[in-house]
Amino acid sequence: MEFVVCVKQVPNTTEVKIDPETNTLIRQGVPSIVNPFDKNAVEAALRLREQHGGKVTVISMGPPQAEEALRECLAMGADEAILVSDRAFAGADTLATSYTLATAIEKMGHFDLIICGKQAIDGDTAQVGPELAEHLDIPQATYASKIEIADGNVRIEREHEEGIEVLETRLPLLISVVKSINEPRLPTVKGTMKASRKAIVLWTVNDLAVDHARLGLKGSPTQVVRIFTPKQRTQGKLIQKDTARAAVLELLGNLADAKLV
Amino acid sequence: MTIKVNSAECISCGVCLPACPFGAIVWQGDKAYIDERCTLCGACLDVCPVNAIVREDEAREVSVDKSAHSGVWVYMERVGDRLRSVGHELLGQGRLLADSLQEELSAVLIGDDVSGLAQETIASGADRVYLVEGAEYAHYSTDAYTKALAELIRLYKPSVVLLGATTDGRDLAPRVAGRLGTGLTADCTGLGIQAETGLVEWTRPAFGGNIMATILCPDHRPQMGSVRPKVFKRPVPNWERTGEIVHVPIRVEASEIRTKLLEVIQVGAATLNLEEAEIIVSGGRGMGKPENFALIEELAEVLGGAVGASRAAVDAGWKHPLHQVGQTGKTVGPKIYIACGISGAIQHLAGMSSSDIVIAINKDADAPIFKAADYGIVGDVMEVLPVMIEELRKQGR
Repeated sequence: MEFVVCVKQVPNTTEVKIDPETNTLIRQGVPSIVNPFDKNAVEAALRLREQHGGKVTVISMGPPQAEEALRECLAMGADEAILVSDRAFAGADTLATSYTLATAIEKMGHFDLIICGKQAIDGDTAQVGPELAEHLDIPQATYASKIEIADGNVRIEREHEEGIEVLETRLPLLISVVKSINEPRLPTVKGTMKASRKAIVLWTVNDLAVDHARLGLKGSPTQVVRIFTPKQRTQGKLIQKDTARAAVLELLGNLADAKLV
Repeated sequence: MTIKVNSAECISCGVCLPACPFGAIVWQGDKAYIDERCTLCGACLDVCPVNAIVREDEAREVSVDKSAHSGVWVYMERVGDRLRSVGHELLGQGRLLADSLQEELSAVLIGDDVSGLAQETIASGADRVYLVEGAEYAHYSTDAYTKALAELIRLYKPSVVLLGATTDGRDLAPRVAGRLGTGLTADCTGLGIQAETGLVEWTRPAFGGNIMATILCPDHRPQMGSVRPKVFKRPVPNWERTGEIVHVPIRVEASEIRTKLLEVIQVGAATLNLEEAEIIVSGGRGMGKPENFALIEELAEVLGGAVGASRAAVDAGWKHPLHQVGQTGKTVGPKIYIACGISGAIQHLAGMSSSDIVIAINKDADAPIFKAADYGIVGDVMEVLPVMIEELRKQGR
């Protein structure tokens, strides 16, 4: 079976801090990582390959340094990696990104299952997966916490507000996965060495059958016009007492005074 | 459009480098240079003391006749035979947008025999209700609902479409936007109308909640956005309001629906209803071990609330991921949010900061959660929680 995993290199947003004086982001020392949910996607593909055989191809659209992210996925055990990179793709929103990825995946030829992380931790949109499925005209199952394939039937457990939805569908298909689906493996030393010898395929705008008007910023219906730091909640009353009971009684008294409880 | 540094004017002060949220500004020789990581967000434009950073606009091809589009729509998501609160919250916001644009507000209802819900949407502010009914819509499916909503939009050409940023809303919205080739902004927490253009200003947290971005969709229609639940208040229903109900026959063949819902497995239903809960008690890493979460459950039970968890607690396997509150979990906005043993990472704050009152219990007086809390108790949760439960029970709760 042919598995395609979409990955994105992202700044580790959990390590980003705000400079309280200038109210700007402190990015120094913030490492670039493989989007954590995409690692779950790679792991899911590797496990399905172990059960059903086939090939796992990881694909990323991004700047040249996104190659590092692809190499990490190769070290985990992916078979091939494709980097879709060109200045023509810069400034792409989710629609232009998904269109570009769709043309790249069509160029790859046959695929059975595309797996994505549920969202990237820098943009948090969760839109590229469904938009990609739409461009390719294949069904989708989002927020999957379990995938089982038997006889071309795919059974998916999907995390939902009310619990778990169980869906059944057929290949070809796009699935986005949540963190609880698995624990991504760490690259082994052998895997890392093997990955370092593998060539990463680079596709630029000239390699793809694309409508140039649908690429990058020009092909993006949405535009970011302003960035600012969020309004912080203001700190209220801090209760520090010798005993837990004294603190609780003071809190409950305050809440009663404010008619909250 | 591009943003670039006019190197002749750059004085090499370096102020712009840390201002870029994406690390796209680098030194090239002794001058600042913007590389391909630039997302054109414009964060650097204002910080340059000599205005050497400039935005250059290119002509964009405009393919959509914007004047043919009018009206604000809200997609009403159902759970079984009732409407999710987020739809009503969006009707309240949609009403403000529609009034400011002097256009109509419509609700979109898709389901099997759901006309009985139409009056509810009118009471919340809709002038018109588009009803698409049929057995094929009994449960949500990406294929049937995408077809119905995309066809409706093509037929009636709204200018703005709002959906709740729920699991299904975030499944449906990008699929529809992809089909229509229009712009979609995810997980908005702020909506407004730009005075000079009449465009919707979509504001959303990004970068793990560290920054807010305001986004426009200038040349494509409809302008679409998903909006987080509980950010806006549900309007008080006005049952005197009247509106028009439009039945639209859009049918989907069984063969067009490529996914089949087999069953729904409930997970701790009573304490899981985080989106609708008025009180939420959440636990974090400071709870120490999974057994201690029993105290969180007990306090939630005493208060009639739901149980939440921080990412750390979920990652440790102490609580099911469906309980996770935060940027990558659920967004909640209860009347009272009680954070127990939660340090208050910005990702967590992004998921609960629209709560009316935040109470934090943490033994570290410097924990960031206290900066966001209306009331904070500095103390060990394992000592404070049992006393709090006992005292609340004494009050007859």
